[in-house]
Amino acid sequence: MKTQIQSYCHIKNNQVYLNGELLYGLTESNDPAIYLSELYKILTLNYPKFFKMDKQCKLGVLAAELVLRSIPEFEGLNKNEIALVFSNQAASLESDRNHIKSISDKTNYFPSPAVFVYTLPNIVIGEIAIKHKLTGENAFFISNTFDAETMSSYASILLQKHLAEHVLCGWVNLDGNSAEAFVYWLKNLNFNGAENELKNTHNSEQLQHLYAK
Amino acid sequence: MQVEEIITNLKSQIVSQLNLEEVKPESIDANAPLFGEGLGLDSIDALELIVLLEKEYNVKIKDPKDAKAVFASVKTMAEYIAAHSN
Repeated sequence: MKTQIQSYCHIKNNQVYLNGELLYGLTESNDPAIYLSELYKILTLNYPKFFKMDKQCKLGVLAAELVLRSIPEFEGLNKNEIALVFSNQAASLESDRNHIKSISDKTNYFPSPAVFVYTLPNIVIGEIAIKHKLTGENAFFISNTFDAETMSSYASILLQKHLAEHVLCGWVNLDGNSAEAFVYWLKNLNFNGAENELKNTHNSEQLQHLYAK
Repeated sequence: MQVEEIITNLKSQIVSQLNLEEVKPESIDANAPLFGEGLGLDSIDALELIVLLEKEYNVKIKDPKDAKAVFASVKTMAEYIAAHSN
């Protein structure tokens, strides 16, 4: 059995790419909050919870939305068989800083539950899972850079052991005005031909190639 | 402060505090349920409302059993604030 990277989305430098093609060029603002809101409007998401999310979750949810919309069979799949494997470098640093700000003044001590709830990096998995009702396995890794080897190995184990039939994977990293999402969908194929006959075979080299494009 | 004045302030504060970006304060029905239907708030929003009462009005809900009735609507919140603020 072979696994294919069926669809992938890359959001970086205010630009949105789907399967390698530039889809949208967003406003030149440096602030991810501004251009992510613009993308929300473009995608006509109609999901009020979006505005309550921290910026990193907004980034992940939008990239996941683009990938899942591009999978024709997605709605009919068993949502319990879809795993989520994500990673980043900044963990939840942005929300951690916001939370610290809200508790640093002891005379005006009002920690915000809505900020605190985002002080875990894997909340982005939760937000995507809630939006799309995904109930499969999940894992979140922290690494200095996108680790194609770990991501590829972990997802492959899930698929080989039939702990999942599909995997939504991603690198969703936001620290200040630096924001990048690379989200992709893995699909098992009944394909016994040579790997070079298959478009976007799932392996660490191909992942790294698509990420670096 | 009168209840009507508190209601007007609360509507703006709720929109701002809960990041209800697609809701205009004046469109909030003061008698509509805050949770479930109406504004459709969730459990984290409930915690934010508790913080809002304390931060903006110096009002604490002393008995947790009162919370459901206090947060039934903007109007019930305003009435509780009017009755308990200094």
